Amino acid sequence: MATLQLGPATAMRDVFGQKLLELSKTDPRVYALDGDLGTSTKLDVVEKGNPEKFLQMGIAEQNMIGVAAGMATVGLQPWVCSFATFIVKRALDQIFVTVAQPRLDVKLIGAYSGLLTGLTGKTHQGLEDLAIMRTIPYMVVLAPADAADVCKVMEFANRYEGPVYIRLARDPLPNLFDERTHTFELGKAVQIRDGRDVTLIATGTQTVRSVEAVKRLEERGIDVRLLHMPSIKPIDVESIVAAAEQTGAIVTAEEHTIYGGLGSAVAEVLAEHCPVPMLRVGVKDRNSESGPNDALLKKYEIDMDHIVQAVETMARRKGSLR
Amino acid sequence: MSSAMPETDLKELERIAATTRRLVLETVHHAGAGHIGGPLSVTDILVTLYFRELRIDPRRPRDPDRDRFVLSKGHSAVALYTVMALRGYFPVEELKTFDKLDSRLQAHPDMTVLPGLDMSTGSLGQGISTAVGMALAAKLTGKTFRVYCVIGDGESQEGQVWEAADIASKYRLDNLALIMDHNRLQQFGWRGDGEKQRQDPVRSPKERWQAFGWHVLEADGHDMKHLLAAYDEAKQVKEKPTIIIAHTVKGKGVSFMENNYAWHAKVPTAEELRLALAEIGQGVEV
Repeated sequence: MATLQLGPATAMRDVFGQKLLELSKTDPRVYALDGDLGTSTKLDVVEKGNPEKFLQMGIAEQNMIGVAAGMATVGLQPWVCSFATFIVKRALDQIFVTVAQPRLDVKLIGAYSGLLTGLTGKTHQGLEDLAIMRTIPYMVVLAPADAADVCKVMEFANRYEGPVYIRLARDPLPNLFDERTHTFELGKAVQIRDGRDVTLIATGTQTVRSVEAVKRLEERGIDVRLLHMPSIKPIDVESIVAAAEQTGAIVTAEEHTIYGGLGSAVAEVLAEHCPVPMLRVGVKDRNSESGPNDALLKKYEIDMDHIVQAVETMARRKGSLR
Repeated sequence: MSSAMPETDLKELERIAATTRRLVLETVHHAGAGHIGGPLSVTDILVTLYFRELRIDPRRPRDPDRDRFVLSKGHSAVALYTVMALRGYFPVEELKTFDKLDSRLQAHPDMTVLPGLDMSTGSLGQGISTAVGMALAAKLTGKTFRVYCVIGDGESQEGQVWEAADIASKYRLDNLALIMDHNRLQQFGWRGDGEKQRQDPVRSPKERWQAFGWHVLEADGHDMKHLLAAYDEAKQVKEKPTIIIAHTVKGKGVSFMENNYAWHAKVPTAEELRLALAEIGQGVEV
């Protein structure tokens, strides 16, 4: 069970590289395929530690996806890694046709998701991956929050037979979960705090920022239920409906466009099962740019202050905040 | 080896090819949909592969040690299904379900419904990468099966084909043989002049594949002996993947369909079917 106590910061990419190295040593099926970004995504850890399990595919994402699909038909489990924006958008038809349709055991890793990609700007940021991947039949879509979550999600993906997309982030974030006790279950939300006034549902990096937001909201007397949603598809319908019934107002938070991602997925569930007022915190209909992390989060309206404001707005609408 | 095959065996392959063409025409006519030109040009390649070259057993379609085949030009699915049916993967009668709802014989190959298909294809330029992945996996796991893949010349306009060419060469995949159905036409193509009208989807294929580090062979794609000899030579090549550029005729076997781009995916009327069937197999001893 998570608490609102945050630990020291870890970068997801570092945990990812180490964990994949470990899996490549324990599971003979596991291979790492790199689109020449290994030094950024930390896939280079596999090349250094277990070179026979590392396959350089060059700067050619379409072919890389197809090669992975072919390997999977022979019983191997390729982990294909690139930046989220490249793996999802440059090779999208390849993912549909050769990975998802035949339901092959390929793991797709979208590193450098979201806005915070180390001053690389709009072409390297990944703000649409959850929306796009969610439309692909049979595709499991996951967005872990911190180091422990990345490990558990990767262990799940290794056990699961079929296509999985995992969204990762570049920069260090405080640890939220305790690796010794943390678990991941497909299609299940993790309740971090119970509350009665508003439910805040967050995914990926925004879960950690939401913990900070909830602390601020506690000080202001708003009792927030906080759910972490690592499994975007399938999504936890039961927890969303329970939250709607019990708190009557929902806010979503994601480092992603507001179109098609977590917010949309939650809105779909609410509209079909239990319509209640909701607000989505995410990047609006605009292109981004290079900039320091804090400035980017603020300008594109997804920093902690914007999460706090959205929850306050919903609390005010409900009458919980005067 | 197969290149020294007795004349009677070659005649048998020609008879199977004539039957394949007949069934392709009937199946497309019956379905009211499907491709014609490409399936007729690739027929002899598929017949030689399935009846002589591939180490496969239709009774054990999931044998982990079987040779693999990928029809990257998935639009010619009807020819592949016909050859697979004749080879014993499923009853020839089932061809009547081609392109129908709930059929295992989808317009483009679907490996999840038809045992014996090694890959789902249809979106051009993608099958070749999966064949590279299969050949690479065989090398990594010490398997001795070979991988065969047929691409189209029109398909070779896809950039992914050349991404795959590069990686197959870098990983020295000598267990991979690619066959290009070089029928010199595509669905529409570019307007040309006179005899060369609408021809040449891909310029200088031989030089291109050589530049990518492949062993390049050329063959008459309608000569069984040529094709079998090329497959044999491909098996002798070490440290390099091989491509066989098979020179073919789009719509092969039916005079009014040959070399006419309009028959890329046109459904023959009852009268056209009658005229076409009358021409199929001429010169083949039955």
